[in-house]
Amino acid sequence: MRLSCPHCGERDRREFYYMGDAVALNRPDPEASDVEWDDYLHNRDNPAGVTRDLWYHEGGCGAWIVVTRNTLTHEVIATELAANVKEASE
Amino acid sequence: MRVAGKGQVDRRKPVRFTFDGRTVHGFAGDTVASALLANDVKLVARSFKYHRPRGVMGVGSEEANALVTVGRGAHQEPNVRATMQEIYDGLEVRSQNRWPSLDVDLLAINDLAAPFLGAGFYYKTFMWPKAFWERVYEPIIRRSAGLGALSGEHNEDLYEKAFAFCDVLVIGAGPAGLMATLTVARAGADVLLADEDSVLGGRLNGEREEIDGIPAVEWAADVVDELASMPNVRLMPRTTVTGAYDQGTFGALERVTHHLSGATGRPLECFWRIVAKRTILCAGAIERPIAFKNNDRPGIMGAAAVRTYLQRYCVAPGKAVTVFTNNDDGHRTARDLKAAGVHVTAVLDSRKDGPDGEGYPVIRGAEVCDTGGRKALESVSYRTVSGEENLGTDCLAVSGGWNPTVHLTCHMNGRPAWREDIQSFGPVDGMVPGMSTAGACNGTFSTLGALNEGAAKAKEAVEALGFMTNAVDLPSADDAPYNLASLWAVAGRGRAWLDFQNDVTVKDVKQAVKENFRSVEHMKRYTTQGMAPDQGKNSNMGALAVLADATGRGIPETGTTTFRPPFVPVSIAAMGAGAQGIGFAPERLTTSHDACVTAGAPMIEAGLWYRPSFYPKAGETKWRQSCDREVLMVRNAVGVCDVSTLGKIDIQGPDAAALLDLVYTNTFSTLKMGKVRYGLMLREDGTVMDDGTTARLDKDHFVMTTTTAAAGPVLRHLEYVHQCLRPELDVSMVSVTEQWAQFAVAGPKSRELLTGIVGEDVDNENFPFMGCGEITVGGVRGRLFRISFSGEHAYEIAVPARYGESLYKLLVQKAEALGGGAYGMEALNVLRIEKGFITHSEIHGRTTAFDIGMERMVSAKKDCIGKTMSERPGLYGDDREQLVGLKPVGAVKQLTAGAHLFEVDAEPVRENEQGYTTSVGFSPTFESFLGLAFLRNGRARHGEQVMMVDHLRGVTTRCEVCDPVFFDPEGGRMRG
Repeated sequence: MRLSCPHCGERDRREFYYMGDAVALNRPDPEASDVEWDDYLHNRDNPAGVTRDLWYHEGGCGAWIVVTRNTLTHEVIATELAANVKEASE
Repeated sequence: MRVAGKGQVDRRKPVRFTFDGRTVHGFAGDTVASALLANDVKLVARSFKYHRPRGVMGVGSEEANALVTVGRGAHQEPNVRATMQEIYDGLEVRSQNRWPSLDVDLLAINDLAAPFLGAGFYYKTFMWPKAFWERVYEPIIRRSAGLGALSGEHNEDLYEKAFAFCDVLVIGAGPAGLMATLTVARAGADVLLADEDSVLGGRLNGEREEIDGIPAVEWAADVVDELASMPNVRLMPRTTVTGAYDQGTFGALERVTHHLSGATGRPLECFWRIVAKRTILCAGAIERPIAFKNNDRPGIMGAAAVRTYLQRYCVAPGKAVTVFTNNDDGHRTARDLKAAGVHVTAVLDSRKDGPDGEGYPVIRGAEVCDTGGRKALESVSYRTVSGEENLGTDCLAVSGGWNPTVHLTCHMNGRPAWREDIQSFGPVDGMVPGMSTAGACNGTFSTLGALNEGAAKAKEAVEALGFMTNAVDLPSADDAPYNLASLWAVAGRGRAWLDFQNDVTVKDVKQAVKENFRSVEHMKRYTTQGMAPDQGKNSNMGALAVLADATGRGIPETGTTTFRPPFVPVSIAAMGAGAQGIGFAPERLTTSHDACVTAGAPMIEAGLWYRPSFYPKAGETKWRQSCDREVLMVRNAVGVCDVSTLGKIDIQGPDAAALLDLVYTNTFSTLKMGKVRYGLMLREDGTVMDDGTTARLDKDHFVMTTTTAAAGPVLRHLEYVHQCLRPELDVSMVSVTEQWAQFAVAGPKSRELLTGIVGEDVDNENFPFMGCGEITVGGVRGRLFRISFSGEHAYEIAVPARYGESLYKLLVQKAEALGGGAYGMEALNVLRIEKGFITHSEIHGRTTAFDIGMERMVSAKKDCIGKTMSERPGLYGDDREQLVGLKPVGAVKQLTAGAHLFEVDAEPVRENEQGYTTSVGFSPTFESFLGLAFLRNGRARHGEQVMMVDHLRGVTTRCEVCDPVFFDPEGGRMRG
């Protein structure tokens, strides 16, 4: 598997650390409800199809990357810097 | 038997090797199989289950019969295909799966017992009595399982793994592959051509035909020469592409020196990971056998294989060859034999409308129904409408048609499609993204068709990559029709083999259906058809056809089993190259490593690091003696310990403090410059992640330390918090663990030791407790931190790593002059237990700040990672197991880590468990074992007694619960 790091270009997946669903970007407010925190921490979809998750270019530039990919075809649809995604969402 | 002809063996270079101890003569360019056939050695192997005599059947990696063991001792390699092993002087080849010899194999008795050994026999046979399962049946089955054996000795051969990148990968160097590579190469794209044969050319090496008016084999050699001269072409012979993976990644096994004798200094094999933007699969096709009674005798071979032995190796596999075919290709074999002067007994053509013979008899509508001869073929019986006839023959060339080698197209879950015209499964577009197929693997079986398709698919591929294709003239070539009338199995009684490697017959497949294993996947597992090294390369289609027939379904509905990597067996040694022994994990060594080893310190692993356990002195025979001495040395004088392995993260920027406030439970924005603060870090779920000290060197410059084990995860976490949660913070961080060598100098004489080494005054004004600052050490800029992990007046002194070794030696030398010296991990551990300091033994992933008594470090004034969740019910309160100290107070004085705690009179069973010990050590300071433990509601139970029970080691100790800080609870020694 290969991922395209927005900084470094296409690299072998062994350079990356996988974290999980990109929902981890959306940290709730400290005062948010238990349900919101529960969803943020624990509840994950397991989609057969397009998913977005967070990868860390640990063996490279150190960028956190949002990877949009298809779990059925293994196609990597897009890679974006997590910082840009986060800033755009605010 | 050798025949006249040019071939591709070098008759000026005779080669001698041994087969089962007997010397065999061949020529450079021969394989073991061709040399054995040249010497009329028919019997080369015994079959898996019935130990039937078997001979060479094919010519490539699909060979199912002729598996041999190559080499001896540590170099011994089992299950090597004789058809793939090139010969060299001194090569040692042995047959396998026979005892005492290939000729006289006692287990051939199995063949007589065959009626009892059919499909699924072991499921039915080894049922009763139950007591026999492990004692009798399993040893028997294990002994008779498998073909060749490993030596059991340590593998001393060299292996390598490597990466390659290209614009276009072409797999297979037959007519389609050569044409595709040429087209890509002339367009200027980087192209990599991999083929598992030693000579590129594919089927052209085995055929007597012309391309562009010259012999095809010469045309192929010319193309290879042109390709070899181009800088953008990489030719990889002896390289089997074994698997297709995501994003254009392919695995490939290169047999680097399997064809060379002796120590070459080069690896035996190299496992490649090839990354290609586009791939053209030109993997060819595999000739399929026809099932008929006793179709497995030595001398019964593939018809195209016979042609290859004839053309390429100048070997006639028989003196009187009979051809059995259901298509026009079999006639080609007869013509070639005839042209080489080999007697063709007859062509038995199952079709009623087959072509006429060209100087050899053709019997149309004929099916072979039995064969004779024990260790070599002697005769065949065939049946026509007019009855059964017998023919004397020593070689039967069988052509059942061709199956496209679609394996790689299926590795990413694609399913091939049934093609009525070729009576086989063919690839479908898009099964592997970026891969196209050309030639025989795409069902295009004529040479002209393959050349055309190779060029066309190459043009498509390079144009998709933005290259301009130059016109490549299409050569003229043979375009013979295929004219197949499928025949899978000849009807009749007796055993007709489908899978030669696993001894699976037509009857076995029918038996599976009878017992309702009707799905192809069930049939495969019930009969073992298509298992083992060859993975059904010869047998899958035949077995499917028989299954389809027996279940009354069509072949397309029956479907295929799943093709999975690897295409050919890959040795674990090649895939794991470099990871053997010391290469298993990287080693991280501190700058003091050599000095520690010289001092005789046993080094223990700490993650990837190596750290000294203790430093034995003369007269010390037990580790405890050294450890006790080192502890007392630190308490009474001064000790030196390398702490460079702790993670060091340099954090800079105007928002550095804001980031630290978010990741630490306590506040760092209020930390003054030149001061250090202990920090606690939580995971978002509220449990403790790590702890350590962070120093503020300047307003916008911090250096964080992490525990050794968590250095990587903490940096990753900080980057995550910054980039994913607070990207607006202006802060940068980098690991500087390896840039700084850092040593703890601990003990009442630590200040005395540093005076004279550090250029500055080391006094309470410059370096108060928890103070830090830049220093000069022998003219080198360093850092000094007044922090303590031992409870003593202590410092950590850091210099750039290149000065670490000399500073360490200097520190130890001065310490020894002061009655101290170096101390290792054992002493460090005892010192911190005496002081109640935690490590990852305590913050092991299930404990909260509350559990370790640090809930007040979770600031109420600000948010931090993990704060909200740490306030969840259940993560704090009396029911939690809380950190306590333990002291033995009964007759037994021993404490052990991982033991469980119970009330004094309670039965020590799970239901009564009150907690557990995490760290223990013998404290020479208190002359007693001391322990850290988690005890339910422990902080309220100081002074109570509990029983520590270690069920595993059989230790029961009465303990008193106390505060975890045993030594100097007021901290006067650290602060003074």
